[in-house]
Parts: sequence; structure tokens; C-alpha cells
Amino acid sequence: MCLAIPSKVIEIKGDSTVVVDTMGSKRLISTMLLEERANVGEYLLIHVGYAMQKIDEKEAIESLGLFKEIENKMNMG
Amino acid sequence: MSIYSSFKQKNDIERLVFLINSEAKETINIMEICGGHTHSIMKYGLNALIKDKINFLHGPGCPVCVMPIKRIDAAICIAGLPDVILVAYGDIMRVPGTNSSLIKERAKGKDIRMIYSPLDIIKIVGDKSNKNKKIVFFAIGFETTTPMTAALLEEVITKKIENVFFYINHVLVPPPINAILDSNDSLIDGFICPGHVSVITGSGIYSDIVQKYKKSAVISGFEPYDILSGTLLIVRQINDNNPSVEIAYKRAVKEEGNKKAQDLVNKYFRVRDEFEWRGFGNIAKSGLRLRDEFKYFDAEYVFADELKALELNEDFKENTGCKCGEILRGKLKPVDCPLFGKVCIPENPVGACMVSSEGACSAYYKYRNF
Repeated sequence: MCLAIPSKVIEIKGDSTVVVDTMGSKRLISTMLLEERANVGEYLLIHVGYAMQKIDEKEAIESLGLFKEIENKMNMG
Repeated sequence: MSIYSSFKQKNDIERLVFLINSEAKETINIMEICGGHTHSIMKYGLNALIKDKINFLHGPGCPVCVMPIKRIDAAICIAGLPDVILVAYGDIMRVPGTNSSLIKERAKGKDIRMIYSPLDIIKIVGDKSNKNKKIVFFAIGFETTTPMTAALLEEVITKKIENVFFYINHVLVPPPINAILDSNDSLIDGFICPGHVSVITGSGIYSDIVQKYKKSAVISGFEPYDILSGTLLIVRQINDNNPSVEIAYKRAVKEEGNKKAQDLVNKYFRVRDEFEWRGFGNIAKSGLRLRDEFKYFDAEYVFADELKALELNEDFKENTGCKCGEILRGKLKPVDCPLFGKVCIPENPVGACMVSSEGACSAYYKYRNF
């Protein structure tokens, strides 16, 4: 029920509405719950037809870099 | 690089599994609160990868599963009233009430419609043949979904629509968690907290878990990497004897949450004194209702007489063999239920945990990974 799918903004329509691409399918989404403006190319988290948050790509990349401190230890182990 | 695929790369998963298995000193009991997490854990077999160190207990975070039978019966009752179109999310349609379900009632001819989004209701209103109908939204969901119901009400009020009503069943995550921790036999060492609830609420709602109960609370996303990194943070908190709230899903969750969504929810909703949960009974301050100034949109006010009559006349009954209640509290696992996989299967579900695609029983049955 709390499923929210990251989807890429491909077009801005007026009136708090954008078109997003969710795994290849395009749909109209309301951005009225977003605190900032959505821009083309950004990823939004979509839940029941509304964008709930932008996905912070910088944080995404940073979090994938965590826990790598142990790489060497693992190779040795 | 797709945002999706990078959170399930094999070498990252192997690294996290190695770290969890080597750092955890003994078996740790972790409750993943959200049904979406339960599904990811079973789908990717994460439970099996770390089974010597981590025992996942499945929590009450499936709004369909925790809906008590009398609320289902009430929705069926409302759907049977003259000129009503009952509108509901697909997840709740097959949940059995005492004698029937919404999908069975629809087959019998009642006007019950499945929606993907509250925005679909605006389209139903726009259809001129529905001008004299009462369109009732059977609104369910946790903190994630409530803002979208509030957004619909805002639109209904702005557009001066007079024939949309709300049967509100929105519930809150912290009260059942506190109820589980208050029970003396709770085994839980830490929680994987729901990522998308937290997108809206922020991380503050879990402060009781840490301060009052001294348990770990780590907010996680839904990809394998997210769940395992959240698990590792819990292991490290336990090793350091430092229970705290941490966010392992920073690409989506801000500490303060989404203020705009919170404000919209507060504008239209108030907390009920109590709300009944399947498996728990009544829990204080665990559900929401429309504020009094919006009562003319509230189905519980508009149809109060009919719902009262239902309450007096109907004997709400659940199947006695079904262990959904214990499963939702993390006391039992689906395989401990005598009906699981025998009488209770997805094609013929007995309890809500098998009906809902997010229920723990459904996950166990689908992935057979236990």
C-alpha cells in the first residue's frame, strides 16, 4: 500500500501537473504535495498519483559509497 | 545508472551480508514494520542470507491487513445505500467482511469502483450521469497515503463539489509499535522503520522507540541494499549499546519530512480517541478522522444512522482458525498458522494477511522462502 515508485519527470504541464516516466510507462502526476518545483530530468517518488518527494541523487550516490571501508578486509578474509 | 538497479548490485549485497554476519554477536530480532519491507525481504531472500544472525519479525504495517472486520462491513453497508458509488483502492476489495467482500458485492451489482488514485474520483464526479450520486471514498492507509486524501478533500472544497464523501480509515504507525513494545513478551531488539511513511512524517515519530523503549529505529528504503544497510546500522547500534533513530534512506527521507503534506493533513484531520485494529483491538490515538468543521464530507456523520443500525444488528465475526492477529503483532510467522497454505491460499484467502498483496502470508506463499 505504501509503495512509491521513482519516476523521471519528462514534461511539465501547468497547474501542479507533470508527466513522468515510470519504467517506460508515461502518466500524469500531481505535484501539489511537493515542497519544491519539479524539473524535467529529476526523479520523483510517486504514490497514488501524487509526487511525495524528490529523490536526491547526490544522497543516492553517497549512500552507495557507505560501508565500503571494509572492502580490503573482505578481500583478505 | 538507473536509480533502481544500483541498489541491488550483487557485490554490494554480498559485502553487507558479510558485514552483518561478521559483526552481529548473537541473533538479533528485528521487526520490519512495513509490509513492503516484508515483501522485499522474502522476494530477494534476504532472510536466508543472514538467517544465523537476524530473525526478521513481520510488523503491522499493512493497512489492509489491520483493518478490522467491522470497518469492511461498514463499507459494504454504505455501498448498499441508495444512489451510492463506493470507491476504493484495489488492495481492500477482496478482504472478507463477516459475510461478504467488496468484490463479491460488486459482482452482485453494487456500484463499487476500484481506483488507483484519489484523482480518479474527480473523473467520476465529472461524468454527468453521476450528478445525483453520492460518491463515497473508502480511504485507507498510513501516514504515506493520508496527504493524498487531504489533497482530494481540498480539491473537492475548492471546486465546490457537493457529492463526494469520505469514509476515513487512516491510521498511524507509532501507536501499534508502542502497543507491541508495551506487551511483556516482546522480543524485539530493533525496528526497520517504514521509508515512505517517513518521507511524509520525518524521523521524529520514532523517538518513543528509542527514548522510552531503548530500541533501535532505522528508517530504510525498499531495495535489498536499503534493507541490509538498515539492518547493519541496527547491528552496530546494538554493539555500541546506542539505540537511536537513523535514516538509511536519505535519498528520499528528510529529518523533518514533507511539511507541506503534514500541514495539509493537519488542516483536515484530527486524531480519534481510539481506533480498532485487527489483531490488537482498540488502540488509543491510533487513527484519524475529519475535523468537525468538515463533517458534511464525513461518511461517518452523513450515514451515522445506517452505520449505527449495522453496529446493533450485525455480529462481526472473524474465522477463528486464522492467526492474522498474532502475525500482525510479530508473535507468529505465517508458517505457524494451521490454515496457511492449506485452507488459506491466495485464491481463497481466509485472513487479510493472505488477501493483501502486502500481507506477510501472501509474501511467504508467493516466494516460498522460509
